Amino acid sequence: MERIPILRMGRLLLVTIQVDMHDQLALALQDDLTNRIVRDRANGVLIDISALDVVDSFIGRMISNIAAMARVLDARTVVVGMRPAVAITLVELGLELPGVRTALNVERGMALLQSENE
Amino acid sequence: MAQTDSQGLAKILIEQEQQLVAEWMANLMSTSSSAAGDVRLADQCTHLLRSLRQAVLTGQTRNIQGGEWAEVRQLLTEICYTRARQGATPRETAIFVFALKQALFSRLRESVADPALLAAQTLLVSNVLDELGLFTIEVYQKGREEVIARQQQEMLELSTPVVQLWDDILALPLIGTLDSARTQVVMESLLQKIVETGASIAIVDITGVPTVDTLVAQHLLKTVAAARLMGADCIISGIRPQIAQTIVHLGVDLEDVVTKATLADAFAVALRKSGAAITRAATAR
Repeated sequence: MERIPILRMGRLLLVTIQVDMHDQLALALQDDLTNRIVRDRANGVLIDISALDVVDSFIGRMISNIAAMARVLDARTVVVGMRPAVAITLVELGLELPGVRTALNVERGMALLQSENE
Repeated sequence: MAQTDSQGLAKILIEQEQQLVAEWMANLMSTSSSAAGDVRLADQCTHLLRSLRQAVLTGQTRNIQGGEWAEVRQLLTEICYTRARQGATPRETAIFVFALKQALFSRLRESVADPALLAAQTLLVSNVLDELGLFTIEVYQKGREEVIARQQQEMLELSTPVVQLWDDILALPLIGTLDSARTQVVMESLLQKIVETGASIAIVDITGVPTVDTLVAQHLLKTVAAARLMGADCIISGIRPQIAQTIVHLGVDLEDVVTKATLADAFAVALRKSGAAITRAATAR
């Protein structure tokens, strides 16, 4: 089955979403990610969505859910690389992703997480 | 009957073209100031008269929207567009056509002896020229609307500059009311600039926004939310005392947004956030 790779960098986990999300894939990602946070004792999650042209309400909710789950496991989530068009669409849809931190790119996101965990 | 009327009219248009143009122009000179300055007036009159003749000869005088009148309409459209762009009033534009009426009436009176025929032809001329006069008004209106649409577009582009104040600080000075179309443009240019410059702080300055109602506030909050999704913090500055009062009275929630009274304050906060500081040089006086 198709899975979204999760890379570990120190105590951070990096998830790059490059394919269209569907229910099965999203559930698998939530499952994998929560397991990895516990196993790797991660304290930060970076979700890179720079490859996504379209983010609909489904993906928006999934990202919010992942952030909430990670928070329960004491890890901070940062969404990075959102495109301008995607940001405008999300705002117009009323999905402002409350509780999710954002950064312009992976580098900034990583700096944000590291400064918090120091 | 209508056929013979238009034949008779066409005959006058052919035979007395010179006199008609002269009289028409004389009428125009005396009534309209803008027409008097146009060097191509004689040319325009002659052309229009000739194409009018062609159209009248076809006998289709009831409806000027038909194919027979295409040339007349095109000529009139060109003339009206030029006039409208030169700032002529609709009245002056329409008078261009109506002045021909006087000229034609007097020609008719001289050349047609039979009272019944004269009445019929007068009616015909009157109908045709009224239609053409209305047509000029329509064209004039259209020309003006195009001017307005172009100006709106230009204003939209002019009024949304995104300025880079520091390495990672952008400023967005908003001037004029924020409607949804402008918000869209503002948002797009701000987000685009964030991507280009990698800025992490954006200052939205609303000093130039005359009033803030719930709709404008909502648009502002949308812009802030979109910038946040791109990883940039927003500061709203330039809030005047009256606007602060209105915001509170309207119950708009700006709790989650950093707000400052002046752009200078906002800039100071932005600098501190990005770890930079401005100090006065020791040597400067």
